[in-house]
Amino acid sequence: MSDNLLSASRVITDKVAENISRVEELAYEIRVREVMTSQVITMHPNDTMQTVLETFRQARISGAPVLEEGNLIGLVSIEDLIRCLLNQDLAAPVHQYMTPNPVVVKGDDSVIEALKVFVSKKYGRLPVVDGTGHLIGIITKGDITRGLLRALERDYQSEEVRRYRASHLFEDIESERTSLILRYNIKQGDFEHGGEASAKIKRALLRLGAPPQIARRCGIAVYEAEMNLIIHTTEGGVIRAEIEPHQISIDVYDYGPGIRDVELAMQPGYSTASEKVREMGFGAGMGLVNIKRCVDWMKLESEWGKGTRLRMKIYLPPPHTHSKGEALAVT
Amino acid sequence: MELKQVIEILDGKVLTTSVNLNRQVKGGVGADLMSDVLSSTQPEEALLLTGLCNPQVVRTALMADITAIVLVRGKLPPSETLQLAENEGIPLISTHYGMFEACGRLYQAGLPCLERPVSSE
Repeated sequence: MSDNLLSASRVITDKVAENISRVEELAYEIRVREVMTSQVITMHPNDTMQTVLETFRQARISGAPVLEEGNLIGLVSIEDLIRCLLNQDLAAPVHQYMTPNPVVVKGDDSVIEALKVFVSKKYGRLPVVDGTGHLIGIITKGDITRGLLRALERDYQSEEVRRYRASHLFEDIESERTSLILRYNIKQGDFEHGGEASAKIKRALLRLGAPPQIARRCGIAVYEAEMNLIIHTTEGGVIRAEIEPHQISIDVYDYGPGIRDVELAMQPGYSTASEKVREMGFGAGMGLVNIKRCVDWMKLESEWGKGTRLRMKIYLPPPHTHSKGEALAVT
Repeated sequence: MELKQVIEILDGKVLTTSVNLNRQVKGGVGADLMSDVLSSTQPEEALLLTGLCNPQVVRTALMADITAIVLVRGKLPPSETLQLAENEGIPLISTHYGMFEACGRLYQAGLPCLERPVSSE
């Protein structure tokens, strides 16, 4: 575990970072203040080392920041105490043995910053300060490990809970016919967000417990349709997906300019896309063909000058049990 | 084949920050046409090799269940692409090899092809 964590500090030198995982991702996401210990036992520079020894023993700690009038001026650790013991000098004041001007981390830094210091400097603990340099806590490698484990667990649980809730949606709600409608407005020319709606629909299906192949087919079909709205329409259009336990119905419509010859548009390789669109990897004339392959039923209607309506259906496999509501809940 | 082998064979550079280099890819797909990627990629854990760098590459990868993307010819993607790949957890790898040689090297090392013919059916 700790090896894995430490490798994060030398990010992406290809050889070292062999086990980069969610843990390392979290090390970037989590802030120091979220995992640090905020109730810190502090020492005064004029305390004796004897006091330090007793404090450490009682509180079972191995280091403490040294404060003078509220300002952080040093750090005294068990190593300093050992040096003092070797000198049989326990009556000496803390400031003689402490490490002055210790390396600090900021509460708002990501945990990875603290890890970097731990790796390069071999310190056991680091004082944590706020933006103005005031002590707000202390952090050890143990704090980080515990914090990351907690976050990992949270991560896992929240996705589990989402999935559980979503996949039982159709069981928990009773009606003659239950459906979930997702609706997205797509802007013409908005290549930057192209594919966002389809990604969301795909994710929703997976959370609802749809088989991955179904989610994939649906995602591809909607993505092609979404790109068509972005590329070919005058002012964009709407994607409406209705999810029911037995089928997914997708309705994609726009208000122009429409397709002159629907039959021709359905032919593989036929495209009216501009050179710019082709450069982006689209406009090969395969979009509608591809949609047709992915869905169980489709109907394309268009009137030149008015608009286009594309309807698609994907049927979900019949439920394993006799309960009608469970078709989507099969995972 | 593990991603770290892919990176070694292609002398590649990982562009996204968090990548599990032990992730398996079962085969490869080489294409610049995103529609081709969508229509011809078999539903396995595929590696996509492409010369396209726009965010649509990442979107396409999401839809086609692509595990990781290799950008050929030493291309570096714009920040929107990088950001999207980061958010969606899709590793981006850059290689200085051209499409032909990159595919050839991986194929020779035993990575099978996951492209199937695009039929009009």
